[in-house]
Amino acid sequence: MSDFAQLLPLMMLAAVLGLDSVSFPQAMISRPIIAATAAATLLGDPARGLLVGATLEMFALETLPFGASRYPEWGSASVVGGSLFAIHGDTSPGALAVAVLAALVCGWIGGWSMVQLRKFNARLARARHEAVASGSKRVVEGLQVFGLTADLARGAALSGITLVAFRPVQNYVLGTWGSDPRVSRAVVVGVAASVAGAAVWKVVHAAPGARWLLLAGIAVGLALLALR
Amino acid sequence: MNARVAIPARTRLAMFVRLLAIQGSWNYETLLGNGVGFSVEPALRLLPGGQGGEAYRAALARQSQYFNAHPYMAAVAVGALARAELDGEPPARIERFRTALCGPLGSVGDRLVWAAWLPACSIAALAAFGFGVGTGGVILVFLGLYNAGHLALRAWGLSAGLEHGMRVASALGGPVLRRGPSHIAQAAALIGGVALPLALDRVIGPGRALFGIVLGAVALGGIVLARLHGRAEGWKIGIGLLALFVLYSVAR
Repeated sequence: MSDFAQLLPLMMLAAVLGLDSVSFPQAMISRPIIAATAAATLLGDPARGLLVGATLEMFALETLPFGASRYPEWGSASVVGGSLFAIHGDTSPGALAVAVLAALVCGWIGGWSMVQLRKFNARLARARHEAVASGSKRVVEGLQVFGLTADLARGAALSGITLVAFRPVQNYVLGTWGSDPRVSRAVVVGVAASVAGAAVWKVVHAAPGARWLLLAGIAVGLALLALR
Repeated sequence: MNARVAIPARTRLAMFVRLLAIQGSWNYETLLGNGVGFSVEPALRLLPGGQGGEAYRAALARQSQYFNAHPYMAAVAVGALARAELDGEPPARIERFRTALCGPLGSVGDRLVWAAWLPACSIAALAAFGFGVGTGGVILVFLGLYNAGHLALRAWGLSAGLEHGMRVASALGGPVLRRGPSHIAQAAALIGGVALPLALDRVIGPGRALFGIVLGAVALGGIVLARLHGRAEGWKIGIGLLALFVLYSVAR
């Protein structure tokens, strides 16, 4: 990912998707299943993007973006995961594991970076308090535009740094990968689906009859698999 | 109290578009406050004296102070506060009303959107993926479904707020807001049950030979994580497990 011409569109995409996470317009184009697919599409392999996006979506099911809580920023993270997975062919058995790990780490840092931006916005709001209290349109709109622009830059910088940092790591790891391809994929999917299973339970457990509906759904899902 | 001021469609549209950026300057000091002022501003231009007038500046200052709510449900507040300002309600009454809106709009939105609608749409997208739907189809299912609810909620909120003003509380008692989360959770349970094994099967690829073992491990892992609810986050545990696996695979 050292080629700037390849990196720049991915950073721009991450900027827009990072912005969507909270600031504008929260249409959830930043969800992994969309964002990773979009990133991989830029690299010419949407199908691999959808695969890693679905895996990351299983992790993302767990995080509910309540107000001031800290949670992974999935927009930029999924661009990192989608592009790292798309750039490698099917011959690399550890590609999914490395891409998912890179995305999760990026999401973690992304969550931290959002907190820093919110603190910075607070300092700015405090400094402009008098002007806001006097009803200055220019200041109210200025604070809003600054926050949006800073968030846009945050997503671009975060994805750019993570991609540049992880690409050599990925090359090294995949060059020395010693685990069986079947086990490699099974471990990643196993961890992701465990998180998703617990997340689904967390979301539905309080609803009347939900546990039976969940069990019935699992039975139907397994029956459909058996019939394939 | 002034005669009811009509709000032109252009002003409503400007408010709606600004609502999409209501969290643009979200911060730990005023939370959504500046965003509320930013979103309500187009309507305040209709106050006596127009943009920059005394009434406009006082109202904009009032509306840009601390505010907290769910970002989609904040549309209700923006509409209702705009109506209250245009109706010439006393400032102290508007401020009390503004404070009272925070709690209900936060909890209703969190329960309906973050804890029900978003995960349900995510599960529906995973189900589509598991059923073998292609890239475009999965994207369409998720974004189409989610944003139909998202945009409808924001549009309804703004419209209800502008219509009812300070009597908007009655609109919050509607059946969708009260019983919606429970029904959505029931649907999510059924679809989630179907989706997880199918999505797992599609992602696992070469690991299909180990499908039975993986399924058992997922059931066990899911139960452990569910019991850890609130004490540990699965994605963080995932980072640890995947990092260990990558190190093991490199060291072999």
